[in-house]
Amino acid sequence: MYDQVASNKRRSWLLVVGFALFVGVVAVAFAYLIGGGPFGIAIALIVAIATSWGAYWKSDTVALRISRAREATVEEFPRYHNIVEGLCIASGLPKPRLYVIDDPAPNAFATGRNPRNAAVAVTTGLFEKMNRIELEGVLAHELSHVKNYDILVSTLAVTMVGMIALLADLGVRMLWWGGGRNSHRDYDNRNGGGGGPQAILAIAGFALLLLSPLIAVLMQRAVSRRRETLADVSGVEMTRYPPGLISALEKLRDDSTVVHATSHATAHLWIEQPSAQTEEEGKLSRFNRMFDTHPPLDERIALLREL
Amino acid sequence: MAVIVVIILVVVVVLLAIYAIASYNGLVGLRNRIENAWAQIDVQLKRRYDLIPNLVETVKGYAAHERETLDAVITARNAGMNAQGPHDQAAAENMLTGALKSLFALSEAYPDLKANQNFAQLQEELTGTEGRIAYARQFYNDTVYRYNTKIQSFPSNVLAGMFHFSEREYFQADDDSRGPVQVQF
Repeated sequence: MYDQVASNKRRSWLLVVGFALFVGVVAVAFAYLIGGGPFGIAIALIVAIATSWGAYWKSDTVALRISRAREATVEEFPRYHNIVEGLCIASGLPKPRLYVIDDPAPNAFATGRNPRNAAVAVTTGLFEKMNRIELEGVLAHELSHVKNYDILVSTLAVTMVGMIALLADLGVRMLWWGGGRNSHRDYDNRNGGGGGPQAILAIAGFALLLLSPLIAVLMQRAVSRRRETLADVSGVEMTRYPPGLISALEKLRDDSTVVHATSHATAHLWIEQPSAQTEEEGKLSRFNRMFDTHPPLDERIALLREL
Repeated sequence: MAVIVVIILVVVVVLLAIYAIASYNGLVGLRNRIENAWAQIDVQLKRRYDLIPNLVETVKGYAAHERETLDAVITARNAGMNAQGPHDQAAAENMLTGALKSLFALSEAYPDLKANQNFAQLQEELTGTEGRIAYARQFYNDTVYRYNTKIQSFPSNVLAGMFHFSEREYFQADDDSRGPVQVQF
């Protein structure tokens, strides 16, 4: 288990680096297509590094703000605090900051960059629909995300996916309206007419820009699904009581209310996919499942039953 | 040629030293964590003892004539606070848990008591503290498990032997509490 956390931590760092590199590549492609030579590329890289850095420090605040979370006081939510304190003792984690979201749909997420700077947010609907043992199961799942350093990756993913989408959008628009294309042609002319390789590079850059939001989202989703399953298992290791989380997941499955204060950018943070799920979605092909942030609840429940 | 051999030897020695230092520090860290985990159990136990007088006072206001149950709780609490050694303490703890259970069962017969805000709060606090005690013990045992495994397995056992890191004992649940639950009607 501890080895798994360690390897997960390593993989998290690799992913963060991978994400940062990807943002860098997209930024370079952006600068190259828009024109502006090495200077433009340098600016784009600086912007990419600055946003990654900002994301590292501020993404938890952003995620909490998007979901309209407010701080949960001990007086108002004594049970919430008690359960989290207990679980923190069980796992040796420092106590995270606790937030609530006024929303009737039961759901929860964890965010932050490391266990020392972590936050857990829970909807008021979760408190209404779950008993103590089920709540404990859900909160153990969230704390496992903190312990396994999933929170760093997923909160960074929020900002980076947004970044890439923004860059790609801007780049494609600028090319479309010709502003960039002219300066690019000038650049080619100055370099002696622009041969075959340069044209290929331009097309590749354009394709990358077009596809980058899709690639970023797929990265985000792939990261998320694996980690959900791992967090289920290590959450149960914390409580030593699988039925708690199983019955919580069953309640989540049977509940069809949808969290209002959410967006696609934060979908992968929650314990259950917050968007509406229809009957048909389950029957669709593997391709569609690539866009899911979570494995199906039935699969997760079945896995926990085997423990 | 000789230079290469020397360099390789130096590198090997340096690597071994780094491993030894890291391993030693790991053992020290785990040992301190065990101490801390053990202290944490006591902190939570004390918290439980502190909550009980408040609870008894609140219940007295509604069910003063349930003297027997109230006295049992107080006696068990005092026994727990004065217990010497882990065995006595475990026995007192079991007594206290049982006494508290019958106290909370009382509230079913007194709707006013059950509706009391203060009582509900104390009940939540006690349930939370009991959970914390259980989790603190679990964490203690988990840490002892990691520490003992490290001490026993090669090559860290060589280092552990050199610096006298000795195995720790697990916290054991009482024999009674492991048996089947007796239900009486």
